[in-house]
Amino acid sequence: MPQAPPQERPALHVEDVDVMYGQAVSALRSVSLTVPYGGIVTLLGANGAGKTTLLRAVSGTLRLHRGTVTAGRIRYGDTPLDGRDPVAAVRAGVVQVPEGRRVFAGLSVEENLRSGGLGLGRRAPAQVREARDRVFGLFPVLAERGRQAAGLLSGGEQQMLAIGRALMAAPRLLLLDEPSLGLAPLMVHRIAEVIREINAQGTAVLLVEQNAGMALSLADDAHVLEVGEIRLSGSADDLARTDAVRRLYLGETTEETTGGTAVGTADGTTTAPEATRPATDPTRDQGAA
Amino acid sequence: MTAFLDNTLSGLALGAVYALVALGFVVIFKASGVLNFAQGSLLLLGGYLVAVLHDDLGFAGALAVAVLATGLLAGAVDRLLLQRGGPDPAAAPVQTIVTIGVDIVLVTELSRRIGGDLLSLGDPWGDAVTEIGPVTVADSRIAAIAVSAVVIGAVFALFRFTPWGLSLRAAAEDTEAAALMGVRLSRVRMLAWCLAGALAALAAVFLAAFPAPGLERTTGQIALKAFPAAILGGMASPAGALAGSLVIGLTEAFVAGYQSDLHVLGEGVGDVAPYAVMIAVLLVRPTGLFGAKGAVRV
Repeated sequence: MPQAPPQERPALHVEDVDVMYGQAVSALRSVSLTVPYGGIVTLLGANGAGKTTLLRAVSGTLRLHRGTVTAGRIRYGDTPLDGRDPVAAVRAGVVQVPEGRRVFAGLSVEENLRSGGLGLGRRAPAQVREARDRVFGLFPVLAERGRQAAGLLSGGEQQMLAIGRALMAAPRLLLLDEPSLGLAPLMVHRIAEVIREINAQGTAVLLVEQNAGMALSLADDAHVLEVGEIRLSGSADDLARTDAVRRLYLGETTEETTGGTAVGTADGTTTAPEATRPATDPTRDQGAA
Repeated sequence: MTAFLDNTLSGLALGAVYALVALGFVVIFKASGVLNFAQGSLLLLGGYLVAVLHDDLGFAGALAVAVLATGLLAGAVDRLLLQRGGPDPAAAPVQTIVTIGVDIVLVTELSRRIGGDLLSLGDPWGDAVTEIGPVTVADSRIAAIAVSAVVIGAVFALFRFTPWGLSLRAAAEDTEAAALMGVRLSRVRMLAWCLAGALAALAAVFLAAFPAPGLERTTGQIALKAFPAAILGGMASPAGALAGSLVIGLTEAFVAGYQSDLHVLGEGVGDVAPYAVMIAVLLVRPTGLFGAKGAVRV
């Protein structure tokens, strides 16, 4: 069976990684982080900070964007992942859910789920069934919509399908790129619960978010990325208490900090201009409709 | 009435053969975003191989070798020539131009070998005919319809039920998301080209069989008629290619069949008719019959 070399509790190690797009654009400089086995780590930062670039470097899709890892190492357990193709990552047990959901709109829900297992080649039917049962357990709505075209699902359902599709490869580490993007607050809350549940089932999560309130409430550790470099690192609780994070990512002014209530799962980026959603965001907000 | 049935049957037979070629266009476009202008010369190559091999290997053996060899060559063209810069869909326009070069090379070499000859493919149908009620049909046409139906059905099943088919459709929807699922884009693409090459070789047999006089160096140009068929159907839709091919085949047969009544339009209207139909359909449905979304690659 095409699985990663047997290692009991692998962790993702990103060590001093530099990423360049083309010859000139430096997207990441000396970035290091670790996602321990079964943990949740979040990566915060504004648009263009390099969050997605880091996920691409791990999942092996940098090349599709003409990017390369020019220095440093990325490995999951004993498996090196830098400079490899996405198949290597999927087979090692690392699967990315892309930003903006990116479900295959013209394919049925069922086919979307089936496509999640494509990277693993032929699998025993029992394994496929087990993965499918897990997905349907998390998202019963997907079982009801099996034959419907994925493009007809609501935004929230599409996000569930995108996560479900990734889970069909039975990953041990899930890379989530802005799962709350473009979703209504109620649906953001639901997605947060799902992430917690997936993690409780033993899958580690690297969560990239602009919704810092949600991300920090879920994560054990957090890192703040600014213009390609890690600015702050620490436990999620510690980071949630630092002034910079409160001001820039939790949308609190310094006066309000005495009140101490975090904005929580609502879209908490209002006071940071560089952190607001782009007006050209192609995804529509129809999550909890 | 007899003439009508006659024209319908020959139109279906023609359409079935065009469908084999059009399906090749569609599979390649879906997988790689490339319009394969070398499809006609691949067809000619397949026919030529059957023509030179059938004395030694028998018709079935020659056909098997031709289908296999043409498929492999098409795959090699994609893998070794077109994919040199990786399976990047953004490079599709450049790769389309490269297929024109491939076409020129293949056609030139095959024309040199075939010259002015008419090559027999040694097919088992010969000039036999079967009477079905009032109409007389060439056996080769019945075979064309039957074989195409089976092969096209098999190709549709490949799309629907195999991991390759799912990979192909997923990659056509969203290349990067498919890559993230672990789809090997370059392999999926190459197999699509192999399939298209094999289909072209198969089509060659029916295009050269009775009532056509045999394989000549211009036989490959007939593949160009499958081009409006594929566009008519929506370019990225296999079902559309099938429908478009039947439309084109029937149009051509009827225009040729009623040529004497259409003489005001001049000689050879049958050759122009497929393109006239294509333009007429595209005026009403610019994305083709089945091409609502699939034809848009972002």
